[in-house]
Amino acid sequence: MAWNIISALVENKPGVLFRVSNMFRARNFNIESLSVGPTEQSDLSRITVTVDSDEHVTEQMVKQLRKLIDVVDVTRLQVSDTVYRELALIKLKAVDPSSRMEIINLANVFRGKIVDVSKSTIMVEITGTPDKIDAFKSLVEHYGVIQLARTGVSALPRGVLYE
Amino acid sequence: MVEMSGSQALIHALEKEGTTIVFGMPGGANLPMYDELTRSNIRHVLVRHEQSAAHMADGYGRIKRKPGVCFATSGPGATNLVTGIGTAYMDSAPMVAITGQVPRAMIGRDAFQECDIIGICTGITKYCFQPRSAAEIPEIVKKGFYLAESGRPGPVLIDIPKDVQQEVSDVTFPELIRIRGYSPHVDPDIDQVARAVELLLKAERPMIMAGGGVHISCAFHELQALAELLMIPVVTTFKGKGAFPENHPLALGPIGMHGHAEANKLIIESDVLLAIGARFSDRSVGKFDEFGQAMKIIHIDIDPAEIGKNKQVDVPVVGDVRASLRALVKMLTKRVAKKGGDCPWLKHINEVRESMKSVYKDHPREITAKKSLKKLRELLPSEAIVTTEVGQCQMWTSLFFDIIQPGTFFSSTGLGTMGFGFPASIGAKAAKPEVPVVDIAGDGSFNMTENSLAVTVNDNLPVIVFLMNNQSLGMVAQWQRLFYNRRYIGIDLKGGPDFVKIAEAYSAQGIRAQSMDELDKAIRTALKSDVATVIDIPIDPEEDVFPFVAPGTGLKDMITAA
Ligand SMILES: Cc1ncc(C[n+]2csc(CCOP(=O)(O)OP(=O)(O)O)c2C)c(N)n1
Repeated sequence: MAWNIISALVENKPGVLFRVSNMFRARNFNIESLSVGPTEQSDLSRITVTVDSDEHVTEQMVKQLRKLIDVVDVTRLQVSDTVYRELALIKLKAVDPSSRMEIINLANVFRGKIVDVSKSTIMVEITGTPDKIDAFKSLVEHYGVIQLARTGVSALPRGVLYE
Repeated sequence: MVEMSGSQALIHALEKEGTTIVFGMPGGANLPMYDELTRSNIRHVLVRHEQSAAHMADGYGRIKRKPGVCFATSGPGATNLVTGIGTAYMDSAPMVAITGQVPRAMIGRDAFQECDIIGICTGITKYCFQPRSAAEIPEIVKKGFYLAESGRPGPVLIDIPKDVQQEVSDVTFPELIRIRGYSPHVDPDIDQVARAVELLLKAERPMIMAGGGVHISCAFHELQALAELLMIPVVTTFKGKGAFPENHPLALGPIGMHGHAEANKLIIESDVLLAIGARFSDRSVGKFDEFGQAMKIIHIDIDPAEIGKNKQVDVPVVGDVRASLRALVKMLTKRVAKKGGDCPWLKHINEVRESMKSVYKDHPREITAKKSLKKLRELLPSEAIVTTEVGQCQMWTSLFFDIIQPGTFFSSTGLGTMGFGFPASIGAKAAKPEVPVVDIAGDGSFNMTENSLAVTVNDNLPVIVFLMNNQSLGMVAQWQRLFYNRRYIGIDLKGGPDFVKIAEAYSAQGIRAQSMDELDKAIRTALKSDVATVIDIPIDPEEDVFPFVAPGTGLKDMITAA
């Protein structure tokens, strides 16, 4: 098993995300994260999928994706040659001033941002590789995670003319 | 640009695609398109159940090699099509299914007869369209036909809201369409063809496994040329049955669960397997991991996703089967002269074939499935089209009915749909009225869609139903006999009906054949008849199909008797 990033350019129109996710479900492929959003071309969206899978299964995912009529292009991104990021919002319990300070310090170390503070909670926005987000989460878990939202990975290959 | 309604645009677009016949049933949500049919030369065949409309379109499409068209209304009309669409999808048959949908403003409100048919059919179609304006219809129809028949064919659904059918708009009929996410690989990669050539030339025990792709791309001559050039024996998958003349000295017949004993035994002995337009289904190769470990595999397929899906292969050739075989033969003829038939492998093949003859025991009755099918073959011209239902009837056909003229056989091999054969045979008859068309049936399957007898009479599509009547769901009974210690449940069909009377009730012809003599006469009568004929052949409910590869086992574990 290996961690893989698959990037697909798809038609930006209704029903496409359903077709893609339905294919993953029907073929019994397990996906770890999936993110969708617009691209530089208004009629195309990019779907980024991360999976933990065998080589053979990953190849099948790519081929089955390519087979979908609405999928215009599929690339398997080389992890070492790719910039990939995820954004997480983490709302933590922070009632006493000392834990509040500790969380702010940890967030700084991770280049996170404090985006919301209430009497009893503090919300951190953190961007980075999924590993970095996992690491931050494990460091702050003991304060009490009230809510957590992650976007899934967005990725682009490094370099300028490569696609 | 012309002004017309959505349904006018639809029917005109269908005519432009060369559609001359549609199978279907009207209802509230597709009445506008039906109304437009009254002003068209397109022939409409009224079915008695939409499932049969889809199977008819499927049978028509498989014989014509272009999409058969079926119509259904929204809601239950559309859901009734589903089995037929799924059947076509699994067998890569070209089809365009057109459903009515509730008006745009009603979609998503659980309106009367609303059903999210696109949600239901997405996994069993090549693509689904829902035009949101009349102006989109011509392009969608053109794209639909192109998708359905090109590359690896399959069904396409076009779901048209009723008010879009009625809307009047300026429309244009495009000559060219572009689908940027779709470009079927037609021509093979020459380097891969060269690697295939090397492997084939080095092989000591080569074998060809021909699948449905040979039928779809009509590559019968190319296949035969290749086999004869290198004297390679040919097995087929069940879907590939009849891709190669089964009376040819190199033909070993279908492999798989109900394959020929010699084919199953010999394919696993080969050292180089050339799989052509085949998808290594579990029915054909048994256990995936066990199959083909010792052999090198070359795999030709137009669908890149088939490469490595069920089986890792050594040389993938992605391309149209016909184009790929042509490239292969061309390259090979530069390298070798035609081989003689005296190599040790062919000698071995003939020995195995002889030794396997004893496996095919016959049942003691006077009239049996095996004997009946041999008789049918004897009397049926080789250009006749044959299809089957599902069950023992299908497997006996695999074993005992040789297809001599390539391209004259098809069956629901992927989904295994009972009730497919009869309506599909009617579709095939519509595609090729000049040849006899026979559905080899079991009573359970025929029961499911027998109401299409009405269509054979009203629409003058006389087919022959060759009904091997064991008064039971024979295949299931055989499994209960073999794997459940004869604990029978849910297999008894003794309640009838009397199929001779059923045929007569529809003004078709019914003949009961209780001896080989009567069967001989019945077949001759049926071949001359201008109405559909049901030949009801009572056989022993305990006549089993052997040889047999039990599910979940490998080809080598073939069982040859109870
Ligand atoms: C629509 C559908 N339902 C159930 C089955 C499961 N099934 C496979 S074979 C079979 C029995 C078929 O009986 P019959 O048509 O009488 O043929 P026989 O096996 O007796 O020749 C059944 C129920 C199926 N293949 N298709």
